[in-house]
Amino acid sequence: MPTDRIDIRHVARLARLALTDAEIATFAPQLGSLMTHVDALAELDTERVPATAQVVPSRNVQRDDVLRPETILSREAALANAPQAQGAYFRVPRIIAEEG
Amino acid sequence: MSTIASSDAALTSELLDKYEAVIGIECHVELKTVSKMFCGCPNAFGGEPNTKVCPVCLALPGSLPVPNARAIEHMIRSGLAFGATIPAHSKFDRKNYFYPDMPKNYQISQYDMPLTVGGVVGYWLEDGSRGECRLTRIHLEEDTGKSTHASADGRLAGATSSLIDFNRAGVPLMECVGEPDLRSADEAVGFLETLARTFRELGVSDVKMEEGSLRCDANVSVRLRGAAEYGTKAEIKNMNSFRSVRRAIESEIARQIHVVESGGRVIQETRGWDETAGVTHSQRSKEEAHDYRYFPDPDLVPIDVTSDVVERVRATLPETPFARYVRYVDDYGLDSKRATQLVDDHVLAAWFDRAVAASGGKAQAVVAFVLGDLARLANESGTHLGDGKVTPEALAELVALTSSNAINSKAAKQVLEALWVDGGSAKAIVEREGLAQVSDRGAIAAIVDEILATNPSVVADYKAGKLNVMGFLTGQVMKASRGRANPTLAQELLKGKLGG
Amino acid sequence: MDPIHDSARAIARDVNARAVSAAEIAETLIPRAARVDAELGAYRELTPELMRAQARRVDQRIADGDRLALAGVPVAIKDNMCLIGTHTTAGSKILEGFTAPYTATAVQRLLDAGALPIGKTNLDEFAMGSSGENSAFEKTKNPYDLERVPGGSSAGSAASVAGYAATVSLGSDTGGSIREPAAFCNVVGFKPTYGRVSRYGLIAFASSLDQIGPFARSVEDAALTYDTIAGKDPLDATSIDRAVEATADGLRDDLRGVRVGLVKEFALDALDAATRACYESAYADLERLGAELVDVTLPTAEYGLATYYLIAPAECSSNLARFDGVRYGLRVDGADVGEMYERTRAAGFGPEVKRRILIGTYALSSGYYDAYYLKAQKARTRIGEDFARAFERCDVIASPAASSPAFRFNAKSDPVTMYLMDYYTIPGSLAGLPSLSIPCGSVVPEDGTRAMPLGLQLTSPLFTERALLGVAHAYERATLHAEKLALPEICTT
Repeated sequence: MPTDRIDIRHVARLARLALTDAEIATFAPQLGSLMTHVDALAELDTERVPATAQVVPSRNVQRDDVLRPETILSREAALANAPQAQGAYFRVPRIIAEEG
Repeated sequence: MSTIASSDAALTSELLDKYEAVIGIECHVELKTVSKMFCGCPNAFGGEPNTKVCPVCLALPGSLPVPNARAIEHMIRSGLAFGATIPAHSKFDRKNYFYPDMPKNYQISQYDMPLTVGGVVGYWLEDGSRGECRLTRIHLEEDTGKSTHASADGRLAGATSSLIDFNRAGVPLMECVGEPDLRSADEAVGFLETLARTFRELGVSDVKMEEGSLRCDANVSVRLRGAAEYGTKAEIKNMNSFRSVRRAIESEIARQIHVVESGGRVIQETRGWDETAGVTHSQRSKEEAHDYRYFPDPDLVPIDVTSDVVERVRATLPETPFARYVRYVDDYGLDSKRATQLVDDHVLAAWFDRAVAASGGKAQAVVAFVLGDLARLANESGTHLGDGKVTPEALAELVALTSSNAINSKAAKQVLEALWVDGGSAKAIVEREGLAQVSDRGAIAAIVDEILATNPSVVADYKAGKLNVMGFLTGQVMKASRGRANPTLAQELLKGKLGG
Repeated sequence: MDPIHDSARAIARDVNARAVSAAEIAETLIPRAARVDAELGAYRELTPELMRAQARRVDQRIADGDRLALAGVPVAIKDNMCLIGTHTTAGSKILEGFTAPYTATAVQRLLDAGALPIGKTNLDEFAMGSSGENSAFEKTKNPYDLERVPGGSSAGSAASVAGYAATVSLGSDTGGSIREPAAFCNVVGFKPTYGRVSRYGLIAFASSLDQIGPFARSVEDAALTYDTIAGKDPLDATSIDRAVEATADGLRDDLRGVRVGLVKEFALDALDAATRACYESAYADLERLGAELVDVTLPTAEYGLATYYLIAPAECSSNLARFDGVRYGLRVDGADVGEMYERTRAAGFGPEVKRRILIGTYALSSGYYDAYYLKAQKARTRIGEDFARAFERCDVIASPAASSPAFRFNAKSDPVTMYLMDYYTIPGSLAGLPSLSIPCGSVVPEDGTRAMPLGLQLTSPLFTERALLGVAHAYERATLHAEKLALPEICTT
């Protein structure tokens, strides 16, 4: 188990969270303390234990390939909550570079 | 990073011999389904912006994805067509990164347990040469919306804001990842064309590049011919047609050879293809490597694919275009161009196959009609052969009539035109129109005598050594027989009488 | 006929019998809820117009001859569930002003059964918290002592039912968010098996743990509400396609033949003397009712908190990525879209949400996934296996729902101390088990003068809701703890 503590600025960048210096000063020891608590997991034997992503053993839950027109939002409804719309579109500030 | 214009990048043949390119293709293909991948919105190109969206594909708070069963079956179909393994267990993962046209800011994709693993794409080039490219995997994911950039030229640079349409968000997308088995731009295009043909044949995608339903990236590197290690690769993006794939890869190979030749080093980066300038441009090299934080999507449950399902899908697989091409060339002896013409029109190819079968395997004779007179007739009338009145069985009859010399080629044309208009059987038309070829020596000899008698000066010319008047005389015999005389026999008799 | 104090079952019976109209119930509850809410801050928003419109529909349907399981029953909805036309904030500034254009499946099922939506209840932001104090909006108070927290995260759903400002309510439970506030507020709070109730329309915190369930003033009303909302939903791939046994008609009055497990690792030594005595008497009551008490062990339970605080934040870091200022909610502008994201999320999320996003992002990030997230998923497997082994020896596990009664506002400033509040509830959540909290007495805290309620947690194997509610009902009928505690005046008049 890695013991080095969190590079909080890097993690905040990944999470797209702007943090103030004051927040970093507050969060760093809090997260450190939680991670110390979490580190106790290292002592639990999980050799040959499968991972649980879901507790219930469902498989292959799928839908038929059909339209559900009743769920489609009108454009007005789709855009109603938009912080900024322009015509038929959602509008955002300029995109700097491909991130995908 | 400087860019080198393609004209400067022209390579001498020595340089091309000295280096070898290594190319791997990754392409995204939109699947053909009625509804989107995880919701009941229509999967259809275009339309008024933001009118094909619901809480799920708009990622409204609280909405949940439910996977489209047909999309999963399309994946299995695609994998099996290339001989891939279909693992018994598969799952969806989240690929986390922020981008404004991706509503959830994660993409539901597949990380370590794709629906299909491995497989080989056999492909061919225009000149008839063939190759193989291994597939790493094909996995299932969802498409993003589209952003347009509010600048004068609609490009990112200089834009002050962007406008987003989410109609495409959530359209099922398969990502095919190929191994770096390709060695030239031609091979890359051949590979892609075969993929596209195969997906169309399977009915899993329309593969319309102009609508963006096939998008591809190419990893390109160069190395000294014979070297064991790969060179450093660059990833080329933004190629919107097979033509631009070819040009972009050629341009990138040339650029990299120039870099290496001038003592430089190729750097690992993403480069965008500029269609207008004909060059690739460095896109901001990744200062911060992506950290997609893949993890199993807790909104979705695992997929188990039983062998029963695999066998059921396998049983419905059509012949692949590559297998068909190989059959046409190797078994039927068609040339590559004709074989490709047929393979590229799977309705025509199926028609052709039926006609060949009905004719007892006379593929050469059938193809001559199918791509010759029948293609012309179809073209003139603006209909597809498959929708016309001529049946493959009628054509087979016609082939039998010509090859047994029951009718001659001129009559065959007439029969074909009659079949095109009225349909029915070739034999019936031959009888109705009295087109059966006359091979009775006596009858033809009588006509020959008559022609020789009425053309004494031509006969004199022939005897004086002007042997080319034979054509004229044969024509006269054919005309007098209203086209029905067996031309070979007519010529033989003419020669006999003139020479005797 | 007293719509404010009557049970859901009584109200539905009377409305179906046309002894009272849904409209009359709405007109009684609307001013009542507003008055109580002014004291408790239980609601984010009251929805009188929706309630009246629904009451008219219900009365029409009754007139047309329909019989509805929850006819005229006033229900409060936790504000992390969508109800078309209502503001739905999840207690976060980042969703301030967002109007839901669709309705959550569980909420729709209540409406279809004739329930009347009285309002949306306050919660810890995105359901992250154990006290209710993490809401970006109202300060919801405990009806039994306005100086104390109602518990969280389903703070308003517990307080509204406890304060007779709703008959039943829906909450959501990820690591204890129904059971702990139910214990603090002297009501029944029930978290069904994971997957029993559709999550469609529930704003996700941790998708593999979140589960909707009812609050009620009796086990019978909780059962009635659960029976209405449970069942497969084609819109939620994780909802279980398995027949739901009606629970409301399976309630029993004794515990003969029931084996109740007491968990070694949940020993009461750590509790203060009065609290401990309360639980000891609860266990004795179970035995007196005919249950056999057996000792069981959950050796991995002590890893529950560590496991939970990796899995839940990891899922939340991804689930909350969609709050980006593009399609809905808050936007703080920036020079480019990246800056807009960072500013919007910085301004829109509160400190607890930020902490969990940071932990979760870290736990999933390159180089740490195996050590943290994957390790936690494996630990989760072991915790589930421990429960399975324990349930070979018992039918139900009994334990405290929380380690103390409701505490004073701002009493727990350290996040980890707050996280420890969920010590008893988290293991069952990780295993996906049905679990509930039922009033089991009260204690006067050292720093207070009023008696504060305690909750007994009962947990049973996957899909055994009927048996679980049956046991709880027998205990409730025999002890009547909920009725023994006097409410503050505001809630009784």
